[in-house]
Amino acid sequence: MRIVQTDKITGLVQNLCIDANCIIGDDIMQSFSKCASCEKSALGKEILTTLSKNAEIAKREMSPICQDTGMTVVFVTIGQDVRIEGGFLEDAINEGVRRGYEKGYLRKSVVKDPFDRVNTKDNTPAVVHYQIVPGDVFHITVAPKGFGSENMSRLKMLKPSQGLDGVKDFVLETIFEAGANPCPPIIVGIGVGGTMEKSAYLSKKALLRPVGTPNPDKALDIIEKELLQKINKLGIGPAGFGGSTTALAVNMLTYPTHIAGLPVSVNIGCHATRHAEGEL
Amino acid sequence: MSERIKLETPFQDSRLKELNAGDMVYISGTIFSARDAAHKKMCELAADNQPMPFDFNGTAVYYAGPCPAKPGEPIGSVGPTTSGRMDLYSPTLIQKGLKVMIGKGLRSKEVTESIVEHGGVYFAAIGGAAALMAKCVKSAKVIAFEELGTEAIRELVVEELPVIVAIDSKGDNMYQKAIEQNRE
Repeated sequence: MRIVQTDKITGLVQNLCIDANCIIGDDIMQSFSKCASCEKSALGKEILTTLSKNAEIAKREMSPICQDTGMTVVFVTIGQDVRIEGGFLEDAINEGVRRGYEKGYLRKSVVKDPFDRVNTKDNTPAVVHYQIVPGDVFHITVAPKGFGSENMSRLKMLKPSQGLDGVKDFVLETIFEAGANPCPPIIVGIGVGGTMEKSAYLSKKALLRPVGTPNPDKALDIIEKELLQKINKLGIGPAGFGGSTTALAVNMLTYPTHIAGLPVSVNIGCHATRHAEGEL
Repeated sequence: MSERIKLETPFQDSRLKELNAGDMVYISGTIFSARDAAHKKMCELAADNQPMPFDFNGTAVYYAGPCPAKPGEPIGSVGPTTSGRMDLYSPTLIQKGLKVMIGKGLRSKEVTESIVEHGGVYFAAIGGAAALMAKCVKSAKVIAFEELGTEAIRELVVEELPVIVAIDSKGDNMYQKAIEQNRE
């Protein structure tokens, strides 16, 4: 049994909120420069350079990369031998979000009720996903999600007969319809299988895999590469101003599913697809 | 970006009509930020025949909700938000004299028709380049709906805000052209 104090959790979440929103991952920065060298449109090249410049300013000044500092999605991995002391875990996480968004000059974008739409003014509550694992690990990933890209995400319950081709068609259709809205170049998270909500969860989790790293599953890796190539032929390009860099990566996760179903979710991440992680 | 047209507020109708989809433009002068909630409120005012919170003549609405300003800075990060969410409201505002909009992404057929009818223009800015775009804002002040927080209407004085003509006064669309030219 290992004890983790809630005040430590609050402090960690606070820092991760600020880091995630102001520091773009090295993986994405490298991908910008790599893509700028092979981008076919001159304007597209310029946009990619501008995005790199924007990220450099954000990091140097610890200013948000994007004004939409998102709804705060938090992935908690907690070992079953860990005991939380000092209060309720989710309250500690929300307190960290509250402090991080205040101290980091981050935008508060959450409304309390989807119909009344009154801003909570502290960006809480977060959307928290828990995964219980063996051992005594306590790991948190903060992944603020902007809604320019979230709004263009889609879920569809395909028929098993539609198979892999059906999944590919749905992904391409979703990206094409999204056009400039999700701030391309995008990261495409795909979740296939499970139930309706499991596929959606997987598609979000898939966005966390660093850009440019291969899928450990060889078969999925081949599908991802094929989809990336096809997406980059759609012509949308950086900022949607046209070009051959519409996506930086396609990341796919799958799960066993029901004999009657083929759920597929596409979660689009903008070029800033932000996340920061830490352990206690 | 290279070879840009410079445009200053108050915008002249004749200069707006000269712009073509795909033209790159630097905007300087006074513009106003407004997004979802402020648009809803402005349309409610319009329905009641109340005056608009600012004079639309010669200026632009920038679809944006900034981050809070750090001490000593005029504004926090401020990039464009998705314009499509304002499609329902824009024709009403265009009717009231709004000619220039700045945002990102496609507009509806109705908005395009209103733009053509009234000789307006819709500019696209680079989504997500918000830290960089904040550098173009020299001053900012809330002029209406303060209770909306980031969604309040702000008067922004901008210098060389980089944008591209997405829909021109003839209804030509840069996004469609971009797809046609780049799709393989």
